[in-house]
Amino acid sequence: MSSLDQANKLRAQFGEILSESIEFRGEITLKLSDANRIAEVCEFAKKSLGFDYLVDISSVDNYGDDPRFTIVYELYSYGHRTHLRLKTDVGEERSELPTVTGVWKTADWHEREIYDMMGVRFGGHPDLRRILMWEGYPHFPLRKDFPLAGKPTEMPDIAFSRPAPLEGGPFVTVPGGKDTLAREPRVRIPEEDSLETNARLERRPEIKEAHIDPNHISRP
Amino acid sequence: MPTVQEMQIGDAAARIQRVAAATDELSDIEGEKMVLNMGPSHPSTHGVLRIVLELDGEIITKATPDVGYLHRGDEKIAENMTYTQFIPYTDRLDYLAPLANNVAYALAVEKLMGIEKQLPPRCQYIRVICCELARISAHLLGVGAFAMDVGAMTVFLHTFYEREKIYNLCESLTGARFTTSYTRIGGLSRDLPPGWVEQCRKFCDEVVVNFNETEKLLTRNRIFVDRTKDVGVLPKDVAIDYGITGPNLRGSGIEYDLRKAHPYLVYDQLEFDVPVGSVGDCYDRYLVRMEEMRQSVRILKQCLKKLPDGPVNIPDGKTVLPAKNKVLTSMEELIHQFILVTQGMNAPAGEIYFGAENPKGELGFYINSKGGGTPHRLKIRGPSFVNLSVLPRLLPGHMMSDVVAILGSIDFVMGECDR
Repeated sequence: MSSLDQANKLRAQFGEILSESIEFRGEITLKLSDANRIAEVCEFAKKSLGFDYLVDISSVDNYGDDPRFTIVYELYSYGHRTHLRLKTDVGEERSELPTVTGVWKTADWHEREIYDMMGVRFGGHPDLRRILMWEGYPHFPLRKDFPLAGKPTEMPDIAFSRPAPLEGGPFVTVPGGKDTLAREPRVRIPEEDSLETNARLERRPEIKEAHIDPNHISRP
Repeated sequence: MPTVQEMQIGDAAARIQRVAAATDELSDIEGEKMVLNMGPSHPSTHGVLRIVLELDGEIITKATPDVGYLHRGDEKIAENMTYTQFIPYTDRLDYLAPLANNVAYALAVEKLMGIEKQLPPRCQYIRVICCELARISAHLLGVGAFAMDVGAMTVFLHTFYEREKIYNLCESLTGARFTTSYTRIGGLSRDLPPGWVEQCRKFCDEVVVNFNETEKLLTRNRIFVDRTKDVGVLPKDVAIDYGITGPNLRGSGIEYDLRKAHPYLVYDQLEFDVPVGSVGDCYDRYLVRMEEMRQSVRILKQCLKKLPDGPVNIPDGKTVLPAKNKVLTSMEELIHQFILVTQGMNAPAGEIYFGAENPKGELGFYINSKGGGTPHRLKIRGPSFVNLSVLPRLLPGHMMSDVVAILGSIDFVMGECDR
């Protein structure tokens, strides 16, 4: 029983909302045109086609396109050892689709992560909270319009956006430079650099405390 | 308050029912439940996992894991650099088995490029050796730390003695003990150094002695068995529902190993068995890890015996970085090097998912490419992230002291959980 057979069975049931099977590198992808019915399709895939293992849920931000987000479900069956990918688009205005936690329990954390990173909500999720970032964090960091260098927050006690102790030093990469040249410490001329650093430090509030993390990553 | 008799109920589900019944009776007495913060800097959480435990006496009624203390935004970083530049970041996912992460990531990108079948045999064998060394290294730590958590200090020192030898092998192989960054897209950063095969063979013989001693210290140790048997039972259906993978899944009795089910590299040409547990408790997970290490040694010995000669990189200048000495002496290689370093290779548009059987479970990469040298989206499926999501289901009904045993037996790494 190949992935293609399973995909055809799924299309026989939901033909009007599922696209043709797309094959790339031996994997079958089906695109669902109506995100609101994802839970229903997944339920059928699990109950009738035996896709009992949800490997992963990913999210893609197609910034500039409409609909903006794509949610990708990787399904796997222990019974017939086949893989199938389902994906569906979610527009930015609504940013919501039904949860599949009722089908697979493992979807719980995957969906929380997508909400945390992309800001797409899952209707009916039992506990939709941030998971990797902290409660109250205002941004969605995996969106394409979120800069790599991060954004400051207004929460001084939980997170601070003051310069790191070595920032501006001769061997420290400048985050958020416009290109690799601007980020590369070795190409900077020291005098210019110190002027620029001073100007940047002046713009920022004075450093009063050092934060040495009790959970530093060097702990094994 | 639970009585001594209640504590002696072996079955976790029955225990929590008792507690729930008792709690209803006492619900108007103030302070019958206690909330305890475990972590993020608790020694048994192996890094920075925080669990908020709700306790009734010594029995856990609710557990809420809190992850993300080690979140570094690896997926965001990956979108802003070429495929090759991301290799060092994969070292920091499961930092107890960096070689296995390197291999999994390289295979994922090669699947996107459609070149995984062109890998030279020598490269494939060396990659399998890397994966299995990483597996032994990760399981040695997993078992050692697990034993230490439940009170057997000696085992930890014992297994670390052997891990040190793996680090020495890594050092002579890659130049680094910890952050190996050994693979390249379409090959390896370097071939095996002279004499390495003999060193590795010697290690294979020595490490088995260590396994035997570790098993003597633990497998029939009364204290260890009492603390792990019938504790943290993970039934088959629950394990599948929660997407558990790796030794934890096999401990629950499901024979599923990506190396067997969907063989990559040369795993289909090697003989090895997939150990499974029967009950799915902490003790079974320990037994599965011990046997997996023995099977890894078996794979290592076959690989070292069969190791073919030849190149380790695909001879395609448009994908694989050329050798350094060629770059400095030959025009064509210089151009290839320049293009690959500045723009990256030209990946096709498309999307793939590749999962590899890593020590902790299925490490998967979902790559969405719009073409060109950088991924549009790179999602990492960290096995520890998924394995930890079962804790709210697994912990309630157990006693406080069982938490460390369960955490130790799940054997997670926060680096790949938080990414």
